[in-house]
Amino acid sequence: MTNHWIDIRNSDCILIMGSNAAENHPISFKYVTEAQRNGAKVINVDPRFTRTSSRADIYTSLRSGTDIAFLGGMIKYILDNKLYNKDYVANYTNAGFIVGEDFKFKDGLFSGYDAKNRKYDKSKWAFDMDAKGVPKMDISLNNSRCVFQLLENHFSRYNTRLVSSITGTPEADLVEVYKTYAATGARGKAGTIMYAMGWTQHTVGVQNIRTMAIIQLLLGNMGVAGGGVNALRGESNVQGSTDHCLLWHIWPGYLKTPRASNVSLDAYNKKWTPKSNDPLSANWWQNYPKYSVSLLKSFFGEKANKANDFGYDLLPKVDDGTDYSWLTLFDKMYKDALKGFFAWGQNPACSGANSNKTRKAMAKLDWMVNVNLFDNETGSFWKGPGMKPSTIKTEVFMLPACVSVEKEGSITNSGRWMQWRYQGPKPLGNSLSDGNIIMELGNKIKEVYKEGGVFPEPILNLKWDYMTDGLYDPHKAAKEINGYFLKDVTVKDKSFKKGTLVPSFAYLQADGSTSSANWLYCNSYTEKGNMAARRSKEDAPNNIGLYPEFAWCWPVNRRIIYNRASVDLKGQPWDKKDWVIRFAGDVKDGKYVSKKWIGDVPDGGWYPLENPDGTKRNDAKYPFIMRKHGHGQIFGPGRADGPFPEHYEPLESPLGNNLMSKQRMNPAAPVYTTDADSVASNSPKFPVVGTTYRVSEHWQSGLMTRPQPWLLELQPQVFVEMSEELAKEKSIKNGERVKVASARGSLECTAIVTRRFKPFKIAGKIVHEVGLPLHFGWRWPESGAEESANLLTPSTGDPNTRIPESKAFMVNVFKL
Amino acid sequence: MPGKSFFIDTSLCMACKGCQVACKQWHDLPAEKTVNRGTYQNPADLSFVTYKLVRFNETVVDGKLKWLFFSDQCRHCMEPPCEVTAEDPKAIFRDPATGAVLFTADSKDIDTQEVIEACPYNIPRAARDGTLAKCDMCNDRVRNGLLPACVKTCPTGAMNFGDRDEMLVMARKRLATVKKIHPKAKLLDPDDVRVIYLVTEDPMLYHSFAVASNSAFDISRKVALNKLLKPLTRLTAGL
Repeated sequence: MTNHWIDIRNSDCILIMGSNAAENHPISFKYVTEAQRNGAKVINVDPRFTRTSSRADIYTSLRSGTDIAFLGGMIKYILDNKLYNKDYVANYTNAGFIVGEDFKFKDGLFSGYDAKNRKYDKSKWAFDMDAKGVPKMDISLNNSRCVFQLLENHFSRYNTRLVSSITGTPEADLVEVYKTYAATGARGKAGTIMYAMGWTQHTVGVQNIRTMAIIQLLLGNMGVAGGGVNALRGESNVQGSTDHCLLWHIWPGYLKTPRASNVSLDAYNKKWTPKSNDPLSANWWQNYPKYSVSLLKSFFGEKANKANDFGYDLLPKVDDGTDYSWLTLFDKMYKDALKGFFAWGQNPACSGANSNKTRKAMAKLDWMVNVNLFDNETGSFWKGPGMKPSTIKTEVFMLPACVSVEKEGSITNSGRWMQWRYQGPKPLGNSLSDGNIIMELGNKIKEVYKEGGVFPEPILNLKWDYMTDGLYDPHKAAKEINGYFLKDVTVKDKSFKKGTLVPSFAYLQADGSTSSANWLYCNSYTEKGNMAARRSKEDAPNNIGLYPEFAWCWPVNRRIIYNRASVDLKGQPWDKKDWVIRFAGDVKDGKYVSKKWIGDVPDGGWYPLENPDGTKRNDAKYPFIMRKHGHGQIFGPGRADGPFPEHYEPLESPLGNNLMSKQRMNPAAPVYTTDADSVASNSPKFPVVGTTYRVSEHWQSGLMTRPQPWLLELQPQVFVEMSEELAKEKSIKNGERVKVASARGSLECTAIVTRRFKPFKIAGKIVHEVGLPLHFGWRWPESGAEESANLLTPSTGDPNTRIPESKAFMVNVFKL
Repeated sequence: MPGKSFFIDTSLCMACKGCQVACKQWHDLPAEKTVNRGTYQNPADLSFVTYKLVRFNETVVDGKLKWLFFSDQCRHCMEPPCEVTAEDPKAIFRDPATGAVLFTADSKDIDTQEVIEACPYNIPRAARDGTLAKCDMCNDRVRNGLLPACVKTCPTGAMNFGDRDEMLVMARKRLATVKKIHPKAKLLDPDDVRVIYLVTEDPMLYHSFAVASNSAFDISRKVALNKLLKPLTRLTAGL
């Protein structure tokens, strides 16, 4: 979230789309309800009428996988009716940037497409630069090659008639949603989006969110209270684990995983440190080497020095152009290319797309270590449905982990708040915390490598001192994450002693004098103490629910990021009532003469862009400080699948062609081709759109909720929800067991026949959609009859993230 | 005796069932073996081991689909027909401090069927041996300064609990606000019960026992005539 949970209450209009907040993030509804009581409108767009819809002021449906068409229509509506915040768009976004002549868009393809490799040459999308190397800009937004004009042209095709025939949403509903949400473009009004996996799990996942980000920039909703782009995380610590490099392509703090072509630390830092020649751009990532070197110092301690590139050569590099994501890992495993696998705190046999492929892939392993609270479908895959245990060689080790409340440590919630938790009960039996398991594992591996082995240096040189009295010490780990001064140093006229904690990332250095295991978290555990353990209930002076001394928030306790976009060019808030920050420096002769911001921690403490008398300042910075050029990106030339979002059909679609262009599916989306990757698009065998989701009563693959009798009582069986019309066609009665099948697998479920699903009218024909919860698996309940909905889902995903396309695929429903 | 009351604002309920689970947890009640019957409502009904149940109903009002949620429980009546019918304070009595209507293990020794039929809200449920059970207002928690478990767990403010006067003020104030958007909104039997629901649609769309039929409370008010009117009570409760 760019904002945070409490901040939802400051919104004037809440769009819940791509998430089912009431059911899957019930606590968020405390704040949604509060906003609604204060007069905010709640809009819910979902293929199915949910418990969220029941509480919305406006509900409408769309076919799964058509969100870009829906939102693209909103962009057109905002532009046609001039509902954008002109000052914000012109000055804070790249709307005025001039795009080079190489950029083109035709028949659904952007320029630079390489069909053989399903890849774009992104250099074709570059901005035109002036002699100083600064992007050429026309902030009047009139230049025909400026981003604003290209945007208008790109989305001119997204008229409500065409959008409606793609999404199945009635045109009148489209206009009502567009009108209501676009009203937040007025100054002082804020609109927010609450989205989750309903947007991300698509072949166009990233571009779904890009489309909304464009809307938020046009309406001036980024950086303001009650605004932002807000991802509702599906687990309490998903944000934290992502920040600390859960994913293959990033190091802690969103540094890049080194590529094979980054042959030295210098080459690595050069490659990934952006350069800006614009004196008004803060280009915060120019500090990249300070963060990467501090990370290496944290990995290898005294063994990292300038002479050995701080241990850079000891770390693995990924091959250029190769992908190591979840889908690819299981594809490789299926092809017998992996020998061992740690399934740590996860249940891929049920949670991964195309579960049949995933389960078969596990049988190719020599060994698997399953670290979890209970045995699950993954650890026991070898005795699951369709498996012959005698033919499976995989040796499975189960390491029992304790549950979160049995250990001390932090979680980082969706709103980026790092919150410290004390230990409740002691771990049961011989279960251990993850920290203890990994510390012991590391110690053991070090022991073995001491006896010899290939390339032992990375293991032997690894700093591994996070234990106290033989047990993992979360305080030592948290301090390591924050970082230390490693010698007596003076930075910015302040002196620091060796061994003390670094007060914030502004003091990290690239010369090896500081360590930090995650620069974003530098400031979380300082000489003043553990900031995450704070519990003050006092609000900040602007009284918008920031609670600055309750827990701690990255970066540097800034509760709303991009907050310098919440003020006008003179540093005064667009919204006078719910303001986030305001400039309060002294004024002399119409000029600011001293620097002072009040409210939230500002996104950099520079002067505003203009003085009170309207003169420009040359010591100011643009508000989007993490972007190379300092501007919010309406044009996003860094994405794998295009600088503007474009509607494409999912891998599996009810349509033979895309009504928007000649490109049926995302031309850059990955396609996997094993015999377990059958696809059936526009096929009479699978004419019904399928989707998956969660319910309040269960969690994730159900590992923690299915064995819980009180929760199983509430939702005892996997079900498929369908319209009365589809049920009638198939002679299916409410509550009877039916079979749902896709090209990849099938499962039996209980039919819920409901008015909450309605047939769609798509391209003139009736299209049905059904949905299943993803929480079940054969291991529990003991009947073994309740299986995973991921038996149906395909192995394809977003070209930027490779998140699987679990939210839109094709199925059929059969009466048993 | 002003005592305590609940205010249940169904216009804020999103049917997370947190109240339902919190109730089982606090009372350490076993889960029932259930199946999916084509609805999110589970278990199907209240029982000897289920005191709190969120009822789900899909309905179309003025051309718009509504999914109505009703977090059902004992109303802790001001003049409880069950208490009157039982005529045995060892089996059914009221806590004078809170107004909670409480069933004891001795309830197996009274005419269970008659008590069940006396309830205008169809709440009490019997074990095989005839012992009766239902919501006890978490009276043990309340007497120790805590909120009932269901109220404590509610994330949206749909479930509220406090001194009766305070709850009545809250309910009437909220009704005035809700009425602006939902003109059909009303409070259900606010003068007769300690569990006051606010609904936005016809109460019968939520649950056939959402409101008591008028005769039920006429009866309970005429305590003196109770014995005489018993057959009639049975008749109305069965509606």
